Amino acid sequence: MIVTQRAAQATDPLSVPSNAPEHCPGTESEQAGKADACNGCANQEICASNTPKGPDPALPFIRARMASVKRKLLVLSGKGGVGKSTFTAQLGWAFAADDSTQTGVMDVDISGPSIPTILGIAAEQVHSSAQGWSPVYVQDNLGVMSVGFMLPSSKDAVMWRGPKKNGLIAQFLKDVDWGELDYLVIDTPPGTSDEHLSVVQYLKESGIDGAILITTPQEVALQDVRREFDFCRKVGVKVLGLVENMSGFVCPSCKGESQIFKPSTGGAERLAKELSIPLLGKVPLDPRIGKSADYGVSFLDEYPESPASIAYIDIIEKIREALGDA
Amino acid sequence: MAIQETPVARRLKTVKHVVIVLSGKGGVGKSSVSAQLALSLHASSPNVRVGILDVDLTGPSIPRMLGLDGHGVHQSSDGWVPVYADAKSGGEPRLACMSVGFLLKNRGDSVVWRGPKKNAMIRQFLSDVRWGELDYLVIDTPPGTSDEHLSLMEHLAPVQSKLSAVIVTTPQAVALLDAMKCLSFTRAVSLPVLGLVENMSGYVCPCCGEVSNVFSTGGGEEMARREKLTFLGSMPVDTELVTLLDAAESDRKNGGDDDNAASAEAEARSFELLQRYQATSSAKLFSTITAEVTRAVAAGMAKESGGEPPESG
Ligand SMILES: Nc1ncnc2c1ncn2[C@@H]1O[C@H](COP(=O)(O)OP(=O)(O)OP(=O)(O)O)[C@@H](O)[C@H]1O
Ligand SMILES: Nc1ncnc2c1ncn2[C@@H]1O[C@H](COP(=O)(O)OP(=O)(O)OP(=O)(O)O)[C@@H](O)[C@H]1O
Ligand code: SF4
Ligand SMILES: [Mg+2]
Ligand SMILES: [Mg+2]
Repeated sequence: MIVTQRAAQATDPLSVPSNAPEHCPGTESEQAGKADACNGCANQEICASNTPKGPDPALPFIRARMASVKRKLLVLSGKGGVGKSTFTAQLGWAFAADDSTQTGVMDVDISGPSIPTILGIAAEQVHSSAQGWSPVYVQDNLGVMSVGFMLPSSKDAVMWRGPKKNGLIAQFLKDVDWGELDYLVIDTPPGTSDEHLSVVQYLKESGIDGAILITTPQEVALQDVRREFDFCRKVGVKVLGLVENMSGFVCPSCKGESQIFKPSTGGAERLAKELSIPLLGKVPLDPRIGKSADYGVSFLDEYPESPASIAYIDIIEKIREALGDA
Repeated sequence: MAIQETPVARRLKTVKHVVIVLSGKGGVGKSSVSAQLALSLHASSPNVRVGILDVDLTGPSIPRMLGLDGHGVHQSSDGWVPVYADAKSGGEPRLACMSVGFLLKNRGDSVVWRGPKKNAMIRQFLSDVRWGELDYLVIDTPPGTSDEHLSLMEHLAPVQSKLSAVIVTTPQAVALLDAMKCLSFTRAVSLPVLGLVENMSGYVCPCCGEVSNVFSTGGGEEMARREKLTFLGSMPVDTELVTLLDAAESDRKNGGDDDNAASAEAEARSFELLQRYQATSSAKLFSTITAEVTRAVAAGMAKESGGEPPESG
């Protein structure tokens, strides 16, 4: 007998509250509040009573806060280490290169926040005011919020389970005083997990303008991106396109090009076709990208002529076009 | 005082050592180190029995890496039967694998589970898989220090004395930062750390032979020294390894819609996988890591990670 446990098919993930027990049937289901799993669940009374479910109390505040944000973008990838945070940072810098564009970067990778390091503001702390938490500013028009700012030491592990992470994300979305923003770029952790569900759930009403999927060329990364795409489809987030990162390496010594992560199954190009989404571009592997990230300087500013910078700028232009902002 | 025996403890009675592969940062090579450790342990002796459990629920890589994509899990009266990577090798199979990837109908399906569901799945993996006698159970984990890790530690608590961890990092500062967090995690949960592997350290250009530090180099070794951890070794960037673990050549030529054909083909060459692995330059380097892991585990002297458990934020 084949075990037919179908992952993620049983219930609509968006209708399972973060504090629900293992086998929650989903608040929208017939069984809501009446299934065996519901015994002892904090929501049982609400779910069982047939009255329409009350929305999350944070939602109106999030809606109010997000009303002054024009574009909300998610940077996603099922696979770890493919360059989501690096791309998010370049996107932030590139948007903010125009003095009149107000940009925000929000890092919801709670156990591994890299954004403060990459943007060179790792030593900063968040301040709160009557308006809420003030973002940390890299420059006048580039504000950043990350859990990285709230830890007493960068060495500490953040060992939080889902519900606590969800609480923080809700707070990030409702309490950060971004002011007027043209773009809010959200960097996510790898996978399809609580963080992703929460961001999507909380921003559903305000509307997410689209997601950018990042991958590297090899199959083990592509297979996770396929899952991420499936996630976007399930939760109704539009995918603006796919970026292939670490695509080819040019030896600084002999200028010969080699493939470190060989696109053994056709790479992003093939996947983009398969999923019918645009391939936004390919960024080569360049050791100076890693160095710039480690030192917290803008790669685009440091090496504007490099093939990687040209690729980044081209991709960012395509994102603007896809948003109708070009 | 009688300690209540949990189903996990009962199930893992026949497992001698559990090695958990951790990293904090994503994509540094946890899964490839887990896969290599399993292959290399398997090759280290003709009778050693190895299991590999993939608890990366939203991004399982082990099936693909071991050429087992498309396999399903069977239920027996004594629990789930793992998939054997060496099933076609002729002898008694002794490389058992379990992953959520084996439970998905389509390989593109996403697993969108919140914490409690993940917790249940991990408990089930630990208590319901019919591993049989195992010398080593290698556990591949997702990035971060979150639900999966906490659940794993919670359910493995009754077999604490069998546990140890290997931390994988790459040399960049952003990766080391997360590796430090991961080390703090092991300290907070009193998980002994066998040592640290620095992965993707340096790359030899195939055109001119020049070594370039694609992702920088040395940071892991430096961290091991600073934190008084055993440095297990550094693994250079090996393009051959990427292709091998991508299981590229044979089974994906038609877009992989045909999962049955794909899995039959994958099976036929599955133990060819070990042979092909052993032909890579990584295999030789890795065998010293494996030797050190075996030694440390056998001596039962897995170094306690020491230091004060830091407060978590
Ligand atoms: N094109 C590139 N060339 C060279 N190095 C790169 C490139 N893109 C990213 N990197 C480096 O690769 C590492 C991983 O990138 P990054 O941290 O952005 O990935 P991520 O997807 O956010 O990872 P995680 O899943 O852990 O959040 C970093 O050290 C980064 O500097
Ligand atoms: N030494 C190496 N040289 C070259 N490529 C490597 C090396 N080690 C791992 N890789 C490749 O890098 C990619 C990422 O590795 P892997 O999937 O093992 O990382 P991971 O830490 O498990 O990632 P995740 O956080 O997504 O689970 C894979 O394609 C793998 O084949
Ligand atoms: S009462 Fe039942 S349906 Fe409602 S949240 Fe709890 S488990 Fe889910
Ligand atoms: Mg990141
Ligand atoms: Mg992995």
